[in-house]
Amino acid sequence: MDYEKYLKSLEGKIPKSILDELRENLEKYKPNKQETEKIIEKLLKVYKKSSYEPGEAVGIIAAQSISEPATQMTMRTYHFAGGAGIQVTLGLPKLIEVVDARRAPSTPAMKIYLEEEYNNREGAKKIANRIRETKLSDVVVEETTDLVNFVVELKLNRKKLEDLEIDDEELLKMLRKASRKYDVEIEGDILKVKPKKTGTIRDLQKVKLRALEAHLKGIRNVSQAVARETDEGWIIETLGSNLSKVLKMEGVDSTRTISNDIREVEETLGIEAARNAIVDECMYTLKDQGLDVDIRHIMLVADTMTADGEIKAIGRYGIAGEKGSVLARANFEVTVNHLTDAAIKGEVDPLESIVENVIINQVVPVGTGMCDLQFKPVKIGKK
Amino acid sequence: MGTSVFLNGSLIGETEDKDMFIHEFKNKRRSGVIPNELNIRYDEVSDEIRINSDGGRVRRPLIVVEKGKPKLTEEHIRKLSEGKIKWNDLIENGVIEYLDADEEENALVAMTDEDITKEHTHVEINPVVILGLPASLIPFAEYNRGDRVNFGAKMAGQSLGIYLANYPIRTDTKSNILAYPQVPLVMTDTYPIIGLNKRPAGQNVVIALMCYEGYNMEDAVIVNKASIERGFGCSYFFRTYQTEEKRYWGGQEDEIKIPEKDIRGYRSEKAYAHLEEDGIIPPEMEVNSGDVIIGKVSPLRFLGRGEFMTGIHNRRETSVTIRHGERGVVDRVFITENGDGDKLVKVVIRDQRVPELGDKFASRHGQKGVIGLILPEEDMPFTSDGITPDIIMNPHSIPSRLTVGQLLEMLGGKVGALNGRMVNGTSFSGEKEADLRKELEKLGFKNNGKEILYNGMTGEMMEVEIFTGIIYYQKLEHMVANKIHARSRGPVALLTKQPTEGRAKEGGLRLGEMEKDCLIAHGASLLLRERFSSDMVKLEVCKKCGVVAVKDYIKNKVYCPLCKGSDTEEVEMSYAFKLLLDELKSLLIYPKIRLSEM
Repeated sequence: MDYEKYLKSLEGKIPKSILDELRENLEKYKPNKQETEKIIEKLLKVYKKSSYEPGEAVGIIAAQSISEPATQMTMRTYHFAGGAGIQVTLGLPKLIEVVDARRAPSTPAMKIYLEEEYNNREGAKKIANRIRETKLSDVVVEETTDLVNFVVELKLNRKKLEDLEIDDEELLKMLRKASRKYDVEIEGDILKVKPKKTGTIRDLQKVKLRALEAHLKGIRNVSQAVARETDEGWIIETLGSNLSKVLKMEGVDSTRTISNDIREVEETLGIEAARNAIVDECMYTLKDQGLDVDIRHIMLVADTMTADGEIKAIGRYGIAGEKGSVLARANFEVTVNHLTDAAIKGEVDPLESIVENVIINQVVPVGTGMCDLQFKPVKIGKK
Repeated sequence: MGTSVFLNGSLIGETEDKDMFIHEFKNKRRSGVIPNELNIRYDEVSDEIRINSDGGRVRRPLIVVEKGKPKLTEEHIRKLSEGKIKWNDLIENGVIEYLDADEEENALVAMTDEDITKEHTHVEINPVVILGLPASLIPFAEYNRGDRVNFGAKMAGQSLGIYLANYPIRTDTKSNILAYPQVPLVMTDTYPIIGLNKRPAGQNVVIALMCYEGYNMEDAVIVNKASIERGFGCSYFFRTYQTEEKRYWGGQEDEIKIPEKDIRGYRSEKAYAHLEEDGIIPPEMEVNSGDVIIGKVSPLRFLGRGEFMTGIHNRRETSVTIRHGERGVVDRVFITENGDGDKLVKVVIRDQRVPELGDKFASRHGQKGVIGLILPEEDMPFTSDGITPDIIMNPHSIPSRLTVGQLLEMLGGKVGALNGRMVNGTSFSGEKEADLRKELEKLGFKNNGKEILYNGMTGEMMEVEIFTGIIYYQKLEHMVANKIHARSRGPVALLTKQPTEGRAKEGGLRLGEMEKDCLIAHGASLLLRERFSSDMVKLEVCKKCGVVAVKDYIKNKVYCPLCKGSDTEEVEMSYAFKLLLDELKSLLIYPKIRLSEM
């Protein structure tokens, strides 16, 4: 039987995902014409029933549905010691970080998925090694400052250098490129760092720290990269995030690889990706705490945050600060500032939203307060 | 380089032979040459000797051990018990010394005399001293989980008893006295030391650990009505009201007397009916909330400029009345004078507090609960001997809280009551469970303290044996009578026209920010408006200027304060909003209300 006719009639009435599911099931169970019509009738009924009614206070319901479980979160935050994974901020601090749209998250991390050919232990390790940033300090075993000759002597870890496939010449070249403040030379296992200008001991210390921070290999800002096998194949978890660089790497599946730094996701992948990242991060942190919050509440929050094409925080500097009503803004933080600013601009409050109407004690435009009765007087006895 | 020596943190010298120095120092202190407040410590890490003599250090007494032998001998103990020597003599003779936190680092303290080896420098006086004073009052505390001991100690501080023996001549603002306090059957050594056995704070009750009709869920307890009638948990609440005859500028002064009728704020003749001629209520008079107990008249607060106002018309009523929600009987009246020589009157009101539903009780093991049901004795479960428990506690309170000490106290209390003796429940050195069990068995009871009980309502035998024993119960100061509060209509605050806050002011219960959100989430906007309409007002607003118009009641005219026109419209809003508009005006912001026809 041809179901496409029915499916076509439903287009636009129900979401595509449900439509696809329906198509799949129709083809699987092959109902007859009568049954199909019955199924579609029932489907539309159920779909309509489960959607929000006009005037439902979705924002407040979402806020309550997220914040009530969040109050329990602070009380039981637990950590696992050890383990091969990477310690990232979780729980309430993480949730606050996402919702506040912080520019620099406390523990930026990436989850890197791999392409087919690298999706094995060796491949994953290889890529992880390529990603992990190596600084000079990672290959130095011992550091001494020779105050007499004004030289910093660093003992190198030869084995590590070999693993990284860096020879002496390359090392010197990289270090020279990193900074022009010092000169370097190698004597056996000892790397000598000599400042170009002689100065105080403090300057020598500064030069030493600068040299140790010199970038040798890998991707900047990624201090750790651990390969791990999961249900979704081999993945690499990193501490530190640099999405734009990683996505360009060979062997990295750029369609699935993601960072937990929402701002970075927005910059590299765009606002829609950022919206999904917000949803995923929130859901993950809540699930991790054993809390079950319906995804639709979080989707509403994420949509609100990203609706204008850029990420806005929930709070004084974001959504709440951009409310249309003066009274609503003043009701939230920094009351006096909002009132004085509004006075200077001569703002008009249309009293269209909830908080304002609570303040003046009028019916709030949600639920039963959505509808008004209007009455047009007509003169009786006239045609 | 020698070892540096610091006194109270500042370097005062060095010593070559630190061992000799410390030894000599301690010897001198023990013999009384150096004051015993000094403590000395050798820090191995930094190779320093630190001597402290400043205040604020916590120190504790220990028995000095020398050459593996404690300096406290049988001789000392004999003399102490005969009263020939005192605690201070032991300190002066170097038998006992106080160590601070620093010197403790250098000491090796044995727990008991048997543990002493050659290395030990001190021995504990008694292992209980690791507990503080309130915690050492808990019997068998070492069998309880730590937090419960803490809770128990905290709650003992809220228990009612006889807080001071001279309470009848005191005038504390608030105080509670337990009517029939008892000495606990299971005591610790601390009780006689602090005299708590002379003025105890609790009563011994028979308790059964069982569920009964479900009225002891969630830490509630079922109380035997007959026990209450016998005096269990009965207490008195005292409150002192006071006032004085103050003198004011211009020779005016307060007067304590029955106010005259033509005074400002005169109540009614009935209100002053209780007062005697001197304007003060006599003892043993029953009073209710709002009743006048001390009649007083004061001069007006604002004296008119220039003119001197005297005479009765210009005086106001400032009598002392019984607080809202309280009642009682006048217990005692004190008439005296204060430091300035003004007349001072204090009236103490007494209120009997018989246990009622919701009053809070607690055992000494952090097991608190409120009364969930007061059951007549005939309905309480009973044993074959005819014993009915005074309190039925829920057994669910035990496994998660691990207050094993309470179970042992029940066992101990049972033994004590049956044998007519006191049981020692001091932590670490109290009577042992095995001994108590043996004694109980000898008395003809099951050694585990369980008994067969019969349902008081049906007479049926209970299917399981019930753990029954005697325990010390404390009535805590949180009583329903102090907290019960409800309001439908009542006083409003002058500024906001909203209901007042708090029980004492007969206040309303606030429907707060989050509760408001719940009503919005339900979409119940009309209900929300009604709930918040406590300060609703109808105000005239000028159509042109958008400001609240002035209503002149004398001329019966409404006009706008800005344009003086009377083209106004009545608008309904919350008074708090009108107040907000006024406050904005004080900020030099002109909030304009735009009116439009619907």
